[in-house]
Amino acid sequence: MRFRFAHTAIDTAAARREVLDLGAGAYAAFEGWVRNHNEGQEVVRLDYEAFQDLAEKEGDRIVAEAMRRFPITHALCIHRVGSLGLGDMAIWAGVSSAHRGEAFDACRFIVDEVKHRLPIWKKEHYRNGDSGWVNCERCAAAPQHPTARAPATVPAHSHPHSHDHGEDHEHHEPAELSVHK
Amino acid sequence: MTTAAATASPAPPPRAGAPAPLRGLILAGGSSSRMHRDKAALRYQGKSQLDRAVELAARHVADVFVSVRSSQTADPVRAQRPLIVDSIAGEGPIVGIRSALAAFPHTAWLVLACDLPFLSDATLAFLLRERDGTAMATAYRSAHNDLPEPLCAIWEPAAAPAIDAYLAGGGHCPRKFLMRHPARLLAPLDRRALDNVNTPEDYAQALTELSGVPHGIKMQLKVQYYAVMREQAGRSEEWLETAAATPADLYGELVARYGFSLPREQLKVAVNSEFSEWSRKLSGGDAVVFIPPVAGG
Repeated sequence: MRFRFAHTAIDTAAARREVLDLGAGAYAAFEGWVRNHNEGQEVVRLDYEAFQDLAEKEGDRIVAEAMRRFPITHALCIHRVGSLGLGDMAIWAGVSSAHRGEAFDACRFIVDEVKHRLPIWKKEHYRNGDSGWVNCERCAAAPQHPTARAPATVPAHSHPHSHDHGEDHEHHEPAELSVHK
Repeated sequence: MTTAAATASPAPPPRAGAPAPLRGLILAGGSSSRMHRDKAALRYQGKSQLDRAVELAARHVADVFVSVRSSQTADPVRAQRPLIVDSIAGEGPIVGIRSALAAFPHTAWLVLACDLPFLSDATLAFLLRERDGTAMATAYRSAHNDLPEPLCAIWEPAAAPAIDAYLAGGGHCPRKFLMRHPARLLAPLDRRALDNVNTPEDYAQALTELSGVPHGIKMQLKVQYYAVMREQAGRSEEWLETAAATPADLYGELVARYGFSLPREQLKVAVNSEFSEWSRKLSGGDAVVFIPPVAGG
């Protein structure tokens, strides 16, 4: 019970049961969803791809780190791969603990680390038929997918979008945070 | 130019114009005097050198014989192989070659010394491909002195009468024989392939080199590609032969081949499914993955 990939829709009810514990008074979970827009582009679909051997090992290490850093009871993270449509769930993380504070903190820690460290990539497909690998193509050199709104005089590296070169490239909103007690 | 038709033999000659059929002859009749032990019995990677040579030859020609002196026929290293026993007087490998040509007068012989631990399939395949059936022999030139190498060579039936005349004139050196008779000589494919092992020091050195991945020698690596790099390489994985010593060197080679757009500074690298330093020393069989900027979640 640490980190794994899912090739079909994540079963959140089953995942939640895996972290249930009678000694835990709190449970925090995070869902990341496919959003219909990114950096001014209308997104219609995302393809997720992972180097699974290494990602599973590194994902297990992240959850083990969370267990050491925070006084929590159980933690689990599941990431989707494959082609996802709007509103589909790309990532789920759940943490149980005696009290709510560490459940929130550990859940956020796991999701942040997974986004930064695991060899997982997503390709955005846009309404206009274009597509691009997030963090790889538009920031590597000259933009390969200039948008129609890009001013003609923009210098080569100030693209009309404003993400931060692979730091925390938020794609999803916190969707469900619930606490018992 | 001598041809196969010139051999005076009571048996019917092969079809006109066709090269003589080829058999293998491993020379294992030497005295191994400098080694102080039988060279055919030296072991590399769990096998005797004689077995390695027979198996190598058998991948290229159908029948492989071992050339021995009459005193060696009961030797356990040799006895279980088909043997050609020296049938003429004299000393040295030319006696073994001539005895094989006498035993099968219409056969050409892929002749190999049994003290060539670095000999490769590629070297034999090239020798067979370049064979000139109208010459007396096809052989490599030495990588060290350019002289013919008679003991990794194809000897044609047409050489038999010329060898008899050479022996009758007091000659005994197969290298000098090839220098004085029509032979097709090939540039060496691999400088090490024909290095022989004569002394205990040579043997120790060869064992060391054959046991590990030699420095600077090409090795086979598996490379897997993901996401933008998979698209730019046009494949998700491949085995490739490379002399790259580190992942950094390998990425340089692959940028030249595939034109990857990402500079190395933006990548991480994994070897055998663990994150790795760019300066790690690669070994044959390693699986390498270059990791472009990630975007999970």
